[in-house]
Amino acid sequence: MRRLLGLLLLAGAFALGAGPAQAHPHVWISSTSELMYAADGSITGVRHAWTFDDMFSTYVLQGIETRTKGVYSHEELAPLAQTNVESLKEFGFFTFAKADGKKQKFEEPVDYFMEYRDSLLTLHFTLPLKTPVKSRELVVEVFDREFFIDFTFAEKDPVRLVGAPAGCQMKFQRPNDGSANAQKLGEQAFGDGGNANFGMLFANKITVECP
Amino acid sequence: MRPNSRSSLARGLAIAAAALAAILVLDGAMHALLAQFGGPRPATADPHASGIIGWLLDKQSEFYRQMSSTIRAAKSDGSAVWTLLGISFAYGIFHAAGPGHGKAVISSYLVANQETARRGIALSFASALMQALVAVVIVGVCAWLLNATSKTMCGAEKAIEIASYALIAAFGLRLVWTKGGGFIRALQAGRTTPAPVAAAHHHGHDHHHDHHDHDHHHDHDGHVHDEHCGHSHGPLPSELAGPGGWRRGFGAIFAVGIRPCSGAILVLVFALAQGLFWAGIAATFVMGLGTAITVAAIAVIAVSARDLAGRLSAGREGGGALVMRGVEFAAAGLVLLFGIGLLFGYLAAERVTCL
Repeated sequence: MRRLLGLLLLAGAFALGAGPAQAHPHVWISSTSELMYAADGSITGVRHAWTFDDMFSTYVLQGIETRTKGVYSHEELAPLAQTNVESLKEFGFFTFAKADGKKQKFEEPVDYFMEYRDSLLTLHFTLPLKTPVKSRELVVEVFDREFFIDFTFAEKDPVRLVGAPAGCQMKFQRPNDGSANAQKLGEQAFGDGGNANFGMLFANKITVECP
Repeated sequence: MRPNSRSSLARGLAIAAAALAAILVLDGAMHALLAQFGGPRPATADPHASGIIGWLLDKQSEFYRQMSSTIRAAKSDGSAVWTLLGISFAYGIFHAAGPGHGKAVISSYLVANQETARRGIALSFASALMQALVAVVIVGVCAWLLNATSKTMCGAEKAIEIASYALIAAFGLRLVWTKGGGFIRALQAGRTTPAPVAAAHHHGHDHHHDHHDHDHHHDHDGHVHDEHCGHSHGPLPSELAGPGGWRRGFGAIFAVGIRPCSGAILVLVFALAQGLFWAGIAATFVMGLGTAITVAAIAVIAVSARDLAGRLSAGREGGGALVMRGVEFAAAGLVLLFGIGLLFGYLAAERVTCL
């Protein structure tokens, strides 16, 4: 009887455990990003270079015909780049910007292309902001809320500011380790009355403060 | 351990504990549902979740990432294939241990349809095998035979995904229809005049007591006995479990198993590109074996929990049948909810490999 009760409780624990997490990544992206500024000091957009992992690069290239086997030119990869940026739209390009706390919208990507090097595929694209904005504090987060894709920024020069006004300071924050997050989650959920931004727990967070 | 030898206090406590556990299960399921509701929903996946789930996620990623390098290594060193199979097996076990709609649907179905643990295990293995088979067929036809692009393949995956969710919803609807009838009958039986109903209850009562005694003597044979009883007797519960059993079981296998795992698709395409398609196929089936073991374990837990609830409630005069029909009806409803939730995007399942 006691054994069976234990089983029942275990079943409950399984059901409860199903709540917090549901996916694990199948795709890994290594990113380097640039924040682009206009001459008047307003931010105009974000330029990403996303390198896919070995397996996903191979998957994406499946069925792509080339003149030379194993060599993919920009032209040969053009339709692929097109498909990619189009399907990224559904996910908000995994890029979320806030200027002084206000959510910013992006236009359709421009200047996109793909390149293939060392058996890895890299997607380059620029996300123009709908309206360029000047702000004291700008936050850009890059993450997949379903965590199908694991975004990791490059070790060297993960983020660059291009043409930013002098005096602007950039801070880059990687997703933290588990214990710190669990604690932060508790505090946040408490402080914000449940409206906490859980996404930022595993987001790569770029913060720019300008005078 | 005869039921009448137990003090009523102990029985009361046990029923309370079972009820509490049932509430916990339901609450967990509702949270899982609600947490994933809405379009621009808050992120529900915390990749760095601590505890068991966090550890499972870490392990999965670890195994998964080793697969590509192992397949590459296998091109020059054949023994790396064994490593690949080992990793795939571990990945399958860990992958299924994480939350996923397949297990939830199968477990709910087993509870709703009064399946035995043995059949639960068989169904788990069959659906995992089917999942592996579908992945191999998709990649085999699309990539290997037709040399289609990943865009085409992902379109095929999306179509299959929708079909799978629609099937789960239809399957759930049918279960709700069947189990709803049993629930309403049990409800009516509890309300109407006692004379004819009392007899019916006595039948059900004795029936349960049989299991009770039997189980405590030979725990492992209990389920076999259950199955036998379910087919031979004709009172309310077994009459619903008996007919259509395997056919309905195939329905569950098909609805869940038709949707392949994104991970398997990626591994297969990668292996194909490396000229080791056969190794990818072997890895996919081993992965399915690992998945089946975990799903079967969860299925056995679900079935055991339901059987326990059945035993505990059987002791109560009258209410037992009603409780069990209620549990089955709720589980059937859960299958329908899963199907509808997945179909209309309220519930997020693992994404297909489109980017």
